[in-house]
Amino acid sequence: MAEPEVSSAAAGGGGRLRNAFGGVLCAFALLLIGVLAFSIRLFSVIKYESVIHEFDPYFNFRVTQFLSKNGIYEFWNWFDDRTWYPLGRVIGGTVYPGLTLTAGTIWWLLNSLNIPLSVETVCVFTAPIFSANASWATYLLTKEAKGTGAGLMAAAILAMVPSYISRSVAGSYDNEAVAIFALIFTFYLYVKTLNTGSLFYATLNALSYFYMVCSWGGYTFIINLIPMHVLLCIVTGRYSSRLYIAYAPLVILGTLLAALVPVVGFNAVMTSEHFASFLVFIILHVVALVYYIKGLLTPRLFKVAMTLVISVGLAVCFAVVAILVALVASSPTKGWSGRSLSLLDPTYASKYIPIIASVSEHQPPTWPSYFMDINVLAFLIPAGIISCFLPLSDASSFMVLYLVTAVYFSGVMVRLMLVLAPAACILSGIALSEVFGVLTRSMKTHLSKLFDDSPAAPKSGDSSPESSSSSVNTDSTKSENRTEKTETAPKEKPSKKNRKKKEVAESVPVKPKKEKRLLVLPFELSVMGILLLIVLGGFYVVHCVWAAAEAYSAPSIVLTSRSRDGMHVFDDFREAYAWLSHNTDVDDKVASWWDYGYQTTAMANRTVIVDNNTWNNTHIATVGTAMSSPEKAAWEIFNSLDVKYILVVFGGLVGYPSDDINKFLWMVRIGGGVFPHIKEPDYLRDGQYRVDAQATPTMLNCLMYKLCYYRFVETDGKGFDKVRGYEIGKKHFKLTHFEEVFTTHHWMVRIYKLKPQRNRVRGKLKKLKSNAKTSPALAAGRKKNPWQ
Amino acid sequence: MAAPRHLAALPLFLASVSLLALAAAGAEDEGPRGRRLLVLLDDLAVRSSHSAFFGSLQARGFDLDFRLADDPKLSLHRYGQYLYDGLVLFAPSTPRFGGSVDQNAVLEFIDAGHDMILAADSSASDLIRGIATECGVDFDEDPEAMVIDHINYAVTDVEGDHTLIAGDDLIQSDVILGSKKIEAPVLFRGIGHVANPSNSMVLKVLYASPSAYSANPKTKLASPPSLTGSAISLVSVMQARNNARVLVSGSLDLFSNRFLKSGVQKAGSKARHERAGNEQFVTETSKWVFHERGHLKAGNVKHHKVGETNEPGMYRINDDLEYSVEIYEWSGTSWKPYVADDVQVQFFMMSPYVLKTLSTDKKGLYSTSFKVPDVYGVFQFKVEYQRLGYTGLSFTKQIPVRPYRHNEYERFIASAYPYYTASFSTMGAFFIFSFVYLYHK
Repeated sequence: MAEPEVSSAAAGGGGRLRNAFGGVLCAFALLLIGVLAFSIRLFSVIKYESVIHEFDPYFNFRVTQFLSKNGIYEFWNWFDDRTWYPLGRVIGGTVYPGLTLTAGTIWWLLNSLNIPLSVETVCVFTAPIFSANASWATYLLTKEAKGTGAGLMAAAILAMVPSYISRSVAGSYDNEAVAIFALIFTFYLYVKTLNTGSLFYATLNALSYFYMVCSWGGYTFIINLIPMHVLLCIVTGRYSSRLYIAYAPLVILGTLLAALVPVVGFNAVMTSEHFASFLVFIILHVVALVYYIKGLLTPRLFKVAMTLVISVGLAVCFAVVAILVALVASSPTKGWSGRSLSLLDPTYASKYIPIIASVSEHQPPTWPSYFMDINVLAFLIPAGIISCFLPLSDASSFMVLYLVTAVYFSGVMVRLMLVLAPAACILSGIALSEVFGVLTRSMKTHLSKLFDDSPAAPKSGDSSPESSSSSVNTDSTKSENRTEKTETAPKEKPSKKNRKKKEVAESVPVKPKKEKRLLVLPFELSVMGILLLIVLGGFYVVHCVWAAAEAYSAPSIVLTSRSRDGMHVFDDFREAYAWLSHNTDVDDKVASWWDYGYQTTAMANRTVIVDNNTWNNTHIATVGTAMSSPEKAAWEIFNSLDVKYILVVFGGLVGYPSDDINKFLWMVRIGGGVFPHIKEPDYLRDGQYRVDAQATPTMLNCLMYKLCYYRFVETDGKGFDKVRGYEIGKKHFKLTHFEEVFTTHHWMVRIYKLKPQRNRVRGKLKKLKSNAKTSPALAAGRKKNPWQ
Repeated sequence: MAAPRHLAALPLFLASVSLLALAAAGAEDEGPRGRRLLVLLDDLAVRSSHSAFFGSLQARGFDLDFRLADDPKLSLHRYGQYLYDGLVLFAPSTPRFGGSVDQNAVLEFIDAGHDMILAADSSASDLIRGIATECGVDFDEDPEAMVIDHINYAVTDVEGDHTLIAGDDLIQSDVILGSKKIEAPVLFRGIGHVANPSNSMVLKVLYASPSAYSANPKTKLASPPSLTGSAISLVSVMQARNNARVLVSGSLDLFSNRFLKSGVQKAGSKARHERAGNEQFVTETSKWVFHERGHLKAGNVKHHKVGETNEPGMYRINDDLEYSVEIYEWSGTSWKPYVADDVQVQFFMMSPYVLKTLSTDKKGLYSTSFKVPDVYGVFQFKVEYQRLGYTGLSFTKQIPVRPYRHNEYERFIASAYPYYTASFSTMGAFFIFSFVYLYHK
């Protein structure tokens, strides 16, 4: 990565040729990085097949199919009657359309070019394409902060960072795939505007922000991070007109554009997530006004005016605060929404909103997951932060702020590790590039010493480090100078201003001495350092490839396991969905836990009661209650929802751990949250969740247990559950209100049908006196069950 | 037995061919049920002793197949097809059926939508009791018990044990018992039964008077009888959820020629009827059981927006729609329009949002119109029509209701004009300001 620099340094005088050569090399490197980012994500296609992965991508895929078939207006107004039966869902107004529109556009473009790719193929490869885009955006962003070398380094690191791979392998057709690119690109345009003060980039920034809003709910991160940075700049006395241009248009245009997205709508001005941006907007204007007045008045007059304004302002502030406090105190929740509370107190959601806590990716990450997902970057980040402070510019302070906030959010939710990944890559890229710069420079010094004449060595040895160091130390700034000078005029003006101020502020002459001392590294040490860094990079690459190939490529609808006699493929999910689509009526309703809702609608094309878009807690709680009720009560609930089939996922036979029995406690919790007759302690024996002989009777009689373990004892004669690792509690039982209609090859998916209501109601047969030979049917008739 | 049947089969076959042709000509007048009945008997003597009843069935066009209950070749279905459309079970003492028929076969026959008349007697077998119990009717457990009524018995020549009941406590239903009132009491001698009052499917058609009880008439009553008063049902009918109809009688004699033809005088009553009510009773109830009456069918469910005729795939909230359905009743020979003023339609999503009574044009067409509620979701047009004696009508039609499209909202709202003015004036002012600021030096 240091190559361009080395070459530029080696070329010495011929500036233009060197720049051109560096530019070509840089473009070539970027191209390779793009290819790398794309191809490292293809393991899933090579190892498995070209399919959509997991849960949410299936929904996105279905929406894209609809879009490509019916056009954008139908998509916008799409009322989907096949999910959330009988409530339905207004898809057009509740979905972030960015990803769908992107893939739909790509598909449309290819088709109009007579490249007849299927929608599914386009969807599968959208994520890898956008990760290449994301690494290029990373290059641009880092280049704005620390120059080309750091940019290339960061881009290369991001192209294969495991955290991002986990969300963007081929087939992982989810919002994040596009959103990370949009996030980085928005940051790039913000920093670019901040550096140039160009209104053109500010407008582009707002458009990019709009794309981000279209793509992912994570856009709130942008609209909070940028105000924070603006505030930081103001507080540290870095206010400038560039800052104003970078921020004010973004807030106004961005908010207007964001409100155009149906799913955001008035949230863009009404919810607490956006308040920070407006507050900072006001502060920025006050500061701008103060600077303006300062320029008009004499210092003495300004002081008088300041005291006057501050005293009046404080009085007004107190009044407003008092009113606000009164208003907040009068509202029952003290003005805090659950969401903002969960931001401040990360455990809030898991304590009070079980439906949020039940999603594994909403849990706080464990320490190993940091090393799994960002690997060596975790060690390089501190070095990157240090180098960002040498010297601290608007752009580098933004990087630091981005990293710090991203670290916090990744600690709240494992899913937000994804937001941390670009920050980690940028700072590691900066760190590595700086280190490589220092090491190669000192190597070069020593080499030039060697190649230069030996008698002159001591003298030149004394002088050359100085000269080279001075040249080197200004190297980065110089190259910046050069590029900026050669570039267009409007760009130069603000940057000149910028430099002027900086020179005043940072006292440039102090710096070179410091760096001179740093730069004198022994030749051996720098060679060793470079080698070690290359080894470190090698380990990182090996880890990334391993993560891409092994850890993150499984599509989760097809599972594999390796044993002595080769690889086993578990394709039960698709088997079950295919069964549903071939053997049930088009309008039949299938109930399952919400995890499988998207897949059922997309793959089996059957109406579901709840799905992964968990917008209606009560509806989910109804299904949870039914699953945790005994058969008869469950039958009544399902019948009232017109359910005909019930699908459960059971891993006990093959040892698939994320099955419904392991998710069952969440069903109880979510159900019990709305219907209090479901109580969690009833399902626990001494606080322990178990389904063996020690399990509570409530547990052994609930629908989920019965549907999972019905006829299970017939498989091995003992009913040994491989996931739980013990024999189940109740082995022999019959189903009264449900009948098994389909069980997949490995028993991973079991489908049951609701029995129809009894055609006749049997009379109460009292005990037949002196009648020994009661037929079995009559004996069964004594049960006082109207369905029996 | 078998040989004459085969000989007789040829002309019968020819007749049936011509019948088939007729049926094809008037296909729309096909009744709800076929006309092949299997009659299972204990003893072939019943065929002649109950010939009046059988004769009335045959006169109405039923094709009766008389078999002994323990006939080893007995079978209800062959190659997955039922051979009969109805069953007359006049074999109270049969311990088990012959051939492939057993209790479950009979129950499956009913659950497949066929009808049955079951007549028991005192000393009914466990098999018959079992079938009755499965249909929701419990016979007195004492096998020797009979219904005894010392007040409302039928006067006979010799003072008997008062087991010959002259029943006149009949269900108030024109559908089950026909529109002509049964004047004479109905003679009954046999075992009583009860039906669970919470069981809405079973109706007591003929029930005992408050003074009746069920006991063994030959022994002295040691303990209070378990079944007493009007809780005792003499004849009950059951209509299953699939509209299969079953009549359970505690007396086989009820259907016999002797009871049909004899006169009756109720004890304590001066009036003597030349003929007992039995003939009318068994004819009318058998009409009901074999779906010659009280069978409704609905069809031609239509709904569309007001002013349109095509059925949409989806409605929008606040649409005005019209809903119509045609309901006919089988009169025994043809489908006649069903006239009632209490048919209701629900616009249903978990609970009814709209409940409207349908108005009829007396020609079978029921219709109404209403406004779709301001709620979107997957709704159902739901008609649940359950009336005493009639087959249940229950049909739904699913229809999604969508919210407004993005361009279906009002574009300019009068009350928002101040805001429009504000925004446009601000825009204009900003433009002028910029112009002045930039070019005014």
